[in-house]
Amino acid sequence: MTGRGVLTFTDRGIYCPAGDFYIDPWRPVPRALITHAHSDHARWGHGRYLATPRSLAVMRHRLGDITAQIAEYGQVLRIGDADVSFHPAGHVPGSAQIRVCVAGQVWVASGDYKTENDGLSEPFAPLPCHSFITESTFGLPVFRWQPQPRITEQILRWWQGNRAAGKTSVLGAYALGKAQRLLHMLADGPGPILCHAAVENTNASLRAAGVALPQSDVLTPECSAKTHPGALIIAPPGAIEASWTRRFAPTEVALASGWMGLRGIRRRRAMATGFVISDHADWPGLLQATKETGAENIYVTHGYTDIFTRYLNESGHSAQVVPTEFGTDDDDSAGPA
Amino acid sequence: MSAFSDLFQALDATTKTSAKLAALGQYFQTATPEDRLWCIAVLSGRRPKRVLSSTLLRRWAAEAAGIPEWLFEECYANVGDLAETIALLLPPAAQTRPLYLAPTIADLRAMAQLDDAARKAHVLAQWAQLDTTGRLVFNKLLTGGFRMGVSQKLMTRALAQATGQPQPDLAHRLMGNWHPDTSDWHSLIMAQNPTADSSRPYPFCLAHGLDSPPQDLGDAHDWRAEWKWDGIRAQLLLRDGQVFLWSRGEELITDRFPEFAGLSIAGGNTVLDGELVVWGSDGLPQPFQALQKRIGRKTVPKALLASAPARLLAYDCLEFGGQDLRALPLAQRRQHLQTALDQLPNPGPVLPPPAVAGAHTWENWASTRQTARAHRAEGLMLKRLSAPYHAGRIRGDWWKWKLDPLSIDAVMIYAQAGHGRRATLYTDFTFAVWDGPTLVPFAKAYSGLTDAEFRQITAWVRKNTQQRFGPVRQVVPELVFEIAFEGIQPSPRHKSGVALRFPRMARWRQDKTAAQADTLAHLNALLAQYG
Ligand SMILES: [Zn+2]
Ligand SMILES: [Zn+2]
Repeated sequence: MTGRGVLTFTDRGIYCPAGDFYIDPWRPVPRALITHAHSDHARWGHGRYLATPRSLAVMRHRLGDITAQIAEYGQVLRIGDADVSFHPAGHVPGSAQIRVCVAGQVWVASGDYKTENDGLSEPFAPLPCHSFITESTFGLPVFRWQPQPRITEQILRWWQGNRAAGKTSVLGAYALGKAQRLLHMLADGPGPILCHAAVENTNASLRAAGVALPQSDVLTPECSAKTHPGALIIAPPGAIEASWTRRFAPTEVALASGWMGLRGIRRRRAMATGFVISDHADWPGLLQATKETGAENIYVTHGYTDIFTRYLNESGHSAQVVPTEFGTDDDDSAGPA
Repeated sequence: MSAFSDLFQALDATTKTSAKLAALGQYFQTATPEDRLWCIAVLSGRRPKRVLSSTLLRRWAAEAAGIPEWLFEECYANVGDLAETIALLLPPAAQTRPLYLAPTIADLRAMAQLDDAARKAHVLAQWAQLDTTGRLVFNKLLTGGFRMGVSQKLMTRALAQATGQPQPDLAHRLMGNWHPDTSDWHSLIMAQNPTADSSRPYPFCLAHGLDSPPQDLGDAHDWRAEWKWDGIRAQLLLRDGQVFLWSRGEELITDRFPEFAGLSIAGGNTVLDGELVVWGSDGLPQPFQALQKRIGRKTVPKALLASAPARLLAYDCLEFGGQDLRALPLAQRRQHLQTALDQLPNPGPVLPPPAVAGAHTWENWASTRQTARAHRAEGLMLKRLSAPYHAGRIRGDWWKWKLDPLSIDAVMIYAQAGHGRRATLYTDFTFAVWDGPTLVPFAKAYSGLTDAEFRQITAWVRKNTQQRFGPVRQVVPELVFEIAFEGIQPSPRHKSGVALRFPRMARWRQDKTAAQADTLAHLNALLAQYG
């Protein structure tokens, strides 16, 4: 067998015995390598952190004063007997796949990834490896994303229509990743964009880390339909509540998430309008990515693990399910609920 | 907006009544008369006959999508809607066109004459020309399951706005067994005097549940109290020497209830409103279960006719001597009802319902209501004596005042994902009670909790699955729920020996452990008392 043991799966997370470190562990460990800053991957309480500069910028804001070291994309670090490097995952700005090489055996932990270039996150590139740990959040063939420009068009048309009807547009999107992507997509839109404080804080961390985000205004108690007529407000879905939306009445609310592709879920969230856009790979993206790694062994986490694994095995790959505890705090990972 | 696929999309993209009305109104003004008529038909449940088995359709879709059948089934289980699953799985079409209703339906019907190979070619050709919404609509027409979030009432309102015809008049025109094949837009909707159709029932007047103390309704003398029966709401039409029996679901059920054949009234055309029940030898209506045996049968064996005779408990008269009485106050309609009943055979299949006894006081009715189960009733109906017979569910004049349900605390043992809106949540549960050390399943329920609770339980189910049987997960017997239900019956088909009527989750008993759930003995005691 090739490379069994470069990375292992423990109850604290993915572990590398040769380097004595964990990747995205979910319980406190001495040394944690973090693929990206979403809170189900970058948790509190580890001894030392290693992450890309942009991930660290957001993590420092969220986790406070942590002991951390920077890993630039492509830079090879020797940790114990392991050679470790971080490579773009295309998921959110700063997100990384982590490549671990021990005695010539290469394993790659993808974290979360998407294959489409969103123009803001460092674009995903497949890494040749022996073993590939992939997510499968949208690992069902019913999930097939439209190209980003099509979604941009759809949202702009919606926003324009709302403006014409004298309404404020409220767009629900996760604060890290989706929100900035939308800001980037909609910068040339017909009116001002306001960001909820949770979004604007993340914007500020990312701008400070050199991400070229378009200008946006923060949603303050002084903002209203009077001060920002026809505005588009980007807010985390959980923060869309009566208290501030009332100042912008009448409003139209929509949600931007891969799950909006299913009518049942859209309706359960009581959303008339949903834009199908995700920071995770769709079914064709997952298949393409796993194929292009050339990996002999594929480990499937995070999502429709059983189904995707069975499909991979039937199409000539060697795949198995790995239980993980990701997927509680990024709006796509958080799942259909 | 004249394409049905555009209408579907517009309706699907809003939860607001005003926007739905606008979309429908626009469609009713721009679509062809044939398309409009079919739209009304589809929205009122008059679907084209199903021409394909869903098995074939699934196979073809999996093939067209290039995926194995098991993967198709997994997708279906997660999406929860066959038409949508197929629409999402098919490879994107290169060029698409909108879908128009009447031509598509003509096309579907032509398919009925073809063999499977030709049907398949036909379906594939349609899929290749439609976008995701078009495919979804086409598949829904193919599979016969059509829900568009438009009630008959909303559709009638839109139609009234688009045509200028009064809404109650339209509601009446749309009742009965008209069909787009034998009708046209003009004669059904627009004509001054719609073709007299003796089979056409009136829209039913429906009640709301009483949600405040009955004293708030004012003086009890302005009201009439009746038992609320647990049967099928029905209209009996005796017109022009013919008999028609309609259920509230707008189904013509005359043939299933030969008891009413040959009835007529000397006073002329008559329409009675009431509750269809099975009558017992004890002089009381039988539990709903007895009626269920009758509803399912298109032809009724003699023995069943004798053991489960159907009766209409007539409580309202909508037409007498050919006159529409609906505008009259209830008190006057009841006089006509009495006249009509006097002209019907006695004993016969039409009866006045057993009356609610005692004084016209809220106190008397409150205590009488508590005895409803002994009268085989679900509670009381309160009807305002001065009120006309409304079309549909209008607040204010008719109220259901039901008994509080029976309930039992049970342990969840199986969970299954819901459908449609709830396809990705575990919402369908099987419940059990203790019989010594073992848990005996006795009921399934899928409603009564909030979405937030279902989400929480779904996460729990994923972590506490012991075994899977297809889509069903056996879970650790740990969660306790209060199961409320309307009635209980002995049932040899169930392991527990009982069948519940309308079981639902009244609440999640997070304060109870599984060991504290109720027992089979408890269930049997309820059966002895209320069965
Ligand atoms: Zn993530
Ligand atoms: Zn994640």
